[in-house]
Amino acid sequence: MTWKHGILSAFVLVAAWQLLVIITGVPSFILPPPMKVAKAMWFYHALIAENAWVTTQEVLLGMIIGSVLGILTALHLATSRTARAILRPILVFSQAVPVFALAPILVLWFGYGIWSKIVMAVLIIYFPVTSAFFDGLMKTPAGYLDLAKTMGASRARTLWHIRFKSALPSLGSGLRLAAVYAPIGAVIGEWVGASKGLGYLMLLANGRVKIDLMFATLIVLAVLTVCLHLAVDILARKLAKDH
Amino acid sequence: MKASLGIKLEGAASIDGLTLFAPIALDIRPNQWTCLLGPSGVGKSTVLRLIADLKTYVDFDGTITTSDGQPLTDRVAYMAQSDLLFPWLSVAENVSIGARLRGEKPDGKRVLDMVSRVGLSGHDTKKPAALSGGQRQRVALARTLMENRPVILLDEPFSALDAKTRAEMQELTFALLKERTVLLVTHDPAEAARLAHIGYIMQPQGLIPMEMPETPPVRPIDDPLTIACQTALFRVLRKGAA
Repeated sequence: MTWKHGILSAFVLVAAWQLLVIITGVPSFILPPPMKVAKAMWFYHALIAENAWVTTQEVLLGMIIGSVLGILTALHLATSRTARAILRPILVFSQAVPVFALAPILVLWFGYGIWSKIVMAVLIIYFPVTSAFFDGLMKTPAGYLDLAKTMGASRARTLWHIRFKSALPSLGSGLRLAAVYAPIGAVIGEWVGASKGLGYLMLLANGRVKIDLMFATLIVLAVLTVCLHLAVDILARKLAKDH
Repeated sequence: MKASLGIKLEGAASIDGLTLFAPIALDIRPNQWTCLLGPSGVGKSTVLRLIADLKTYVDFDGTITTSDGQPLTDRVAYMAQSDLLFPWLSVAENVSIGARLRGEKPDGKRVLDMVSRVGLSGHDTKKPAALSGGQRQRVALARTLMENRPVILLDEPFSALDAKTRAEMQELTFALLKERTVLLVTHDPAEAARLAHIGYIMQPQGLIPMEMPETPPVRPIDDPLTIACQTALFRVLRKGAA
């Protein structure tokens, strides 16, 4: 996807939206026309920016903490048979609990501030990162390990120089998934209980029937998610370079 | 280089009670090229992996002894059909990977020397993806030389190369590993006829010693003696399969 394609499809989307409003004559408190949303975006830009910054912090911190925890867990699982025996069932079981259902508990435990949202984002991305990277670590070509063994390599150095490096593309796939999930986690956390953030602003606008503001917020959230996706995509490509 | 080292492998292997190969006695003489020729699936790679102390899926009932009575650990270098180059490392980094895997500081000058000995001077900063199959196998050879081990185990290292490159690689490898104790596993009678000081044909029933030409390896590919040997080997291979 090039920039031209992106701009073109955004233009098509806005045109279709405008057309839909004209054809159906839907009232603007159900679906406001693009121009009205653009005006709201301009009018409330300070409010939106302030709340967007909060959500951005939540998502980024969630991404970083969740990825680091996921990487460490995967390394631990890959190197220890005992860890695999004990941790793996727990990990799979933890996925049976819908993370969304945990949101109220997390807000209860970690409060209305950004930490309950960060924990939410961490929980939601932890499994995909762990799982993808662990799979990569366990799929090291057998020939590489044979070679390392005849060379007298230690387990730790084999892990770092060979298994870790050859699993980097898998880690990239996990991070791509995380970039999609992390904003969902943060916004759900904000819906359940927050005094700041884009999810909070959407609920606030909805409650006051400021549907144009709600749409403006939604668009900003989507743009933020796309930016995160693009940034992580660049990183994932770097990780998979030369593989 | 360390003192010359011979290896004897005696024993049989089975998988879940089914015999893979009957009792054999493989004598790998010091500083010579011993060639194990056989069809696929006969267990010749297993023999090599047993000597290298690599994972096998067989039950081996027998012994592996060395001429000096010391274990083989850290005294063998291994070269496989696949070059096993790390795509994320440069040629020079691949050649010196052994040192880094042991936590030693790679000797940069020696690395460049090895790279030039396999004829790849000036390619040391390239990534393996930028090289041809033959060049990649040369890098693998330089990596093997870099390890400087007395025993070299070659598991069909030339079988993925085209005919011309294969002949060149056979000559280069032999020239550079002339003074080592080498076990070459191959399914190619022509390769065995060119490179072996001592040769065995491996069959499920055991080892058949091969008669090699008087001339020393590496033998010219078009020499009548080489061709006669190759034909003889091929006949035994065919008969064994029938």
